Amino acid sequence: MRRFWDVVAGVAWRSIKKFATNPQLLLPSLIFPLFFFVAFAGGLSSVGNVPGFDFPSGYTAFQFVFVLLQASAFGGVFTGFGIASDFENGFSRRLMLAAPNRLGILFGYALSAMMRAAIVGVLLFTVAIATGMQVHGNGVDLFGLIVLALLVNFTAGMWAAGVAMRLRTIQAGPAMQMPVFIVLFLAPVYVPLDLLAGWVEAVAHVNPFTALVEGGRDFISGQDFDVWLMFGIAIGLGAAFLAWAVRGVHRAEMAGG
Amino acid sequence: MTLWQQTYEMARRSVLQTLRQPAMVIPPVLFPLVLMGINVSGLDAATNIPGFPTDSYLDFAIAFPFVQGSLFASINAGSAIARDVETGFLNRLALTPMRRAAMLLGQLAGVLVVALISGVIYLAVGFAAGLHVESGFWGVLVLLVLAMLIALAFASVGAFIGLRTGSGEAVQGVFPLFFVFLFLSSSSLPRDLIEHDWFRTIATYNPVSYLFEGLRSLIIFGWQGKELGLGFLFAGTIALIGVTGSSTALRNRLART
Repeated sequence: MRRFWDVVAGVAWRSIKKFATNPQLLLPSLIFPLFFFVAFAGGLSSVGNVPGFDFPSGYTAFQFVFVLLQASAFGGVFTGFGIASDFENGFSRRLMLAAPNRLGILFGYALSAMMRAAIVGVLLFTVAIATGMQVHGNGVDLFGLIVLALLVNFTAGMWAAGVAMRLRTIQAGPAMQMPVFIVLFLAPVYVPLDLLAGWVEAVAHVNPFTALVEGGRDFISGQDFDVWLMFGIAIGLGAAFLAWAVRGVHRAEMAGG
Repeated sequence: MTLWQQTYEMARRSVLQTLRQPAMVIPPVLFPLVLMGINVSGLDAATNIPGFPTDSYLDFAIAFPFVQGSLFASINAGSAIARDVETGFLNRLALTPMRRAAMLLGQLAGVLVVALISGVIYLAVGFAAGLHVESGFWGVLVLLVLAMLIALAFASVGAFIGLRTGSGEAVQGVFPLFFVFLFLSSSSLPRDLIEHDWFRTIATYNPVSYLFEGLRSLIIFGWQGKELGLGFLFAGTIALIGVTGSSTALRNRLART
C-alpha cells in the first residue's frame, strides 16, 4: 500500500508543480472561469428578473454554481491533456516501467486535478464574495458544494484520463473536451429547469449533470432537496468513469505505454 | 500575370486548402450552430424581460453564429499564413514576381468563401427553425454582405498576427482574447437591458457590440440606418486596420527573409 501512495504522491507533485510553474497552463485555468463568471453573472443578470425565476440568492449565486462546477470539470479535462502529453513525449512509458503500482499513476493525476480545481475554486469564491454574491446556505451546505465540485472534477478527470490512456496523443484533446462541454451546456445553465424551452429542456431532463448543478444551487441558497439522490448520482458517475479510466490504464499497459 | 490573375491563383490555392481540410470547415460551421441552439432554448425566457425587442430569441440570437464563425475565420486565416511562414512557402513565393497584394488578398479569399458558405448554412438552419427577417429578401443579401465584411475584418487581424509572429501556436493563443471581446458585448442581451453599469459600459465601448447590432437590426427591426451604418463602419474600420497591418507585416517579413 505504501508503494501505491508513493506513486500517487510522486505523480501528483510533478503535475501540480508543472501546472503551478507554467504560466501557459496556470493562467488560462485561472482566467477562463473568472471570465465566464463575469460574462454570465454580469452580462445576463437581468435574466434573473424574468417571471418565474425565483432563485432566492440572486442571479450571481445562480451562475456561480454553474461556473464553479464547469471550472472543476475542466480542471479534470486539462489533466487529461497532461496525461496525453506525457504519453507523447515518452514520459508515461518510463513512468509505467518505474512505478510499482500503475493505478497509483491514475490516482496521482486525479489528486493533481483536484488540487488544480481547489486553487481555481478558492479564486472563484473570493471574487464572487467580493463582488457581492449572496450565500444563504450554512457551513454544511458550502462543504457539500465543495465536495460536489471535487466529485465533478474527479468524474471529468477520469473520463479524460480514460481517453488519454487509450489514444495516447494530445490530438485527442477535442475528444476529451467536447463531450464534457456539451454535457455541461445541455443543463439549466442560464435559467432554472422549468424555464427552459425547446429541445434543450427535453435533454436537460435526462442529463445527469442537471441534478448536480441544481443540487449545487440548492446548497448555496440553503434550500431543502434530496441530497442523497444527488450525491448518489455524482458518486455513481465517478465510479463509472473510474472503471473506464482503470481499463484505460490496462489498455496503455498492453500497448506498452 | 496581372494582379487579378495572381490574386485568383492565390485565392484558388487558399480555397482548396481550406475546403480539403474538414477541421477548417466543420468547426466554424457546426460549433456556432450548436452554441446558438443551446442559447436559443436556454435563454428563451429572456424574451419575457420587459423591453426585449422580439418575442423570439432565435431572431435575436442568429447574429451570434455569424460573429463567432468570423472568429474561427480569423484563426484559420492566421494559422494558414503562419504555416506558410513556418514551411518556407512564403520565402519561396517571394522569389517569384508575385505581388504582395495578391498574396494577401488570395489568402483571405479562402476564409471569405468559408464565411459565405457558413452564413448561408446559418440562415438555412435559422429559417428551418422559424427565423423571420423583418427586412425581407434584400435584407438577407445585405446581412450576408455585412457578415462577409465582418469575416474579412477578423480574418485580416488573424493574418496580421500570423505574419507578425510566424507561429500557428501564437495565433491559437490569441483566440481566447477574441472570445473575451465576443462575450463582453451585447451578444446575449440588448445593451439597454444589461443591468450592471460596468458591463453595459464595456459593451458600449466594445466594437463587437455594433457588429451584433448591425446584423440584428436587419432581422428584428427592418431597415435601421444608424445600427446598420455603425455595423458597416466598425466592420470596415477593423478590416482596414487589419489589412493595412497585414500588408505592413508582410512587407517587413519579406524584407527580413
